[in-house]
Amino acid sequence: MAESGKIDPMHQFAIEPLFGTDHLSIGGFNIAFTNSALYMVAAAVVLWIFVIGGMKRELVPGRWQMAVEYFTGFIKNLLISNVGEGGKKYIPYVFSLFMFILLANLLGLLPLGLVGVHPFTFTSHFTATGVLAIMSFSIVLIVGFWKHGLHFFSLFVPHGTPLPMIPVIFPIELISFMVRPFSLGLRLFVAMTAGHVLLKVLAGFVINSSNAGPGFGLTVGAASFVLMIGISALEVLVAVIQAYVFALLTSVYINDAENLH
Amino acid sequence: MPQIAQIADTYASQIFWLLLTFGFVFFVIGRGMVPKVQATADARDAKITGDLDAAKAAFARADEVEADYRVRDAESRTAVQATLAKAKADAAKASEAKLAAADAEIQVKIGAAEARIKAATDAAMAQIETVAADAARDMVARISGVEASDEAARNAVKAALAHG
Repeated sequence: MAESGKIDPMHQFAIEPLFGTDHLSIGGFNIAFTNSALYMVAAAVVLWIFVIGGMKRELVPGRWQMAVEYFTGFIKNLLISNVGEGGKKYIPYVFSLFMFILLANLLGLLPLGLVGVHPFTFTSHFTATGVLAIMSFSIVLIVGFWKHGLHFFSLFVPHGTPLPMIPVIFPIELISFMVRPFSLGLRLFVAMTAGHVLLKVLAGFVINSSNAGPGFGLTVGAASFVLMIGISALEVLVAVIQAYVFALLTSVYINDAENLH
Repeated sequence: MPQIAQIADTYASQIFWLLLTFGFVFFVIGRGMVPKVQATADARDAKITGDLDAAKAAFARADEVEADYRVRDAESRTAVQATLAKAKADAAKASEAKLAAADAEIQVKIGAAEARIKAATDAAMAQIETVAADAARDMVARISGVEASDEAARNAVKAALAHG
């Protein structure tokens, strides 16, 4: 962080090794335990604790069990409505994906800066979202070729395409298919990054305008602060929606692989 | 932008820890725990559906029992009515027979009584004839001084009685 009110809104995305693990490596690759990794672990642990609370397996569920079952039921309905009954076997994957991204987004929004901890949103890094997107895409490819063999390529020729159009349609469909992992990963990364940058920029306005004098502070600063409150609420919504979009698109893509057309 | 500026230094760490944590999430939570949670919810749904079906079946059975009851009720009503009608007819027949018997008996009694009355009337008539004949003879003797024969007096009385 620079001096004299110069606030770098991008600093929040900086990855820093923690606990002196800077040079931890496997096979020449650096695998330092960073603040990003810390938040991944936190998301996994919070999710673990959350789901443990739903493991009471009572016939009449308590509030916590009800909440966990609500999420599993939500994912189940998502898969059934997009893929059909065959989609049920993807519940573990899509549930993991949805909850992991959701918790990552929400944990990154926690106002931990108030107690001196730097919150970090690893879903604002395309290295992380890219891995998740490639995983979803790989499942689509593996399931598609496993179930349909080379017939899977018929996915790129929509029903009722006239024969002369096939040489044109096929590359277009192929490209739109190949773009999927990028759009999937980049959408989440961009949404989270943009939201956090916006919040940080507005926070910078509040601080810098207050430093410039009470007149600026009460006008620009107060307005920015009010805006921040609204955008913080919006960001919570975006955190949920982006996790949902990721899970939804994954299930839509799985539907292509599972049912072809 | 640290995401791009740091990529060369951090991509391996990011991928490694993401795969590690997501692997934990997928295998332990997604594969290990979610199916159990889902099974509980499915079992509950199945139980609710089963209970509802059982309730529906019980309802249907109750309807059936009621219909059955109604049929039997109607049947027993007709049976009772038939019995009642039969009893009424029997009673009527029995009373008719008794009435007829009593009637016959009464007829016999009336006949006997009439016969007795007739006999009594005849006897009385006979006595009246005798008394009247005696009276006629007395009247004849007193008026004319002639002793009328018993037979003549009797004939005269008979003739008078016959004329009324």
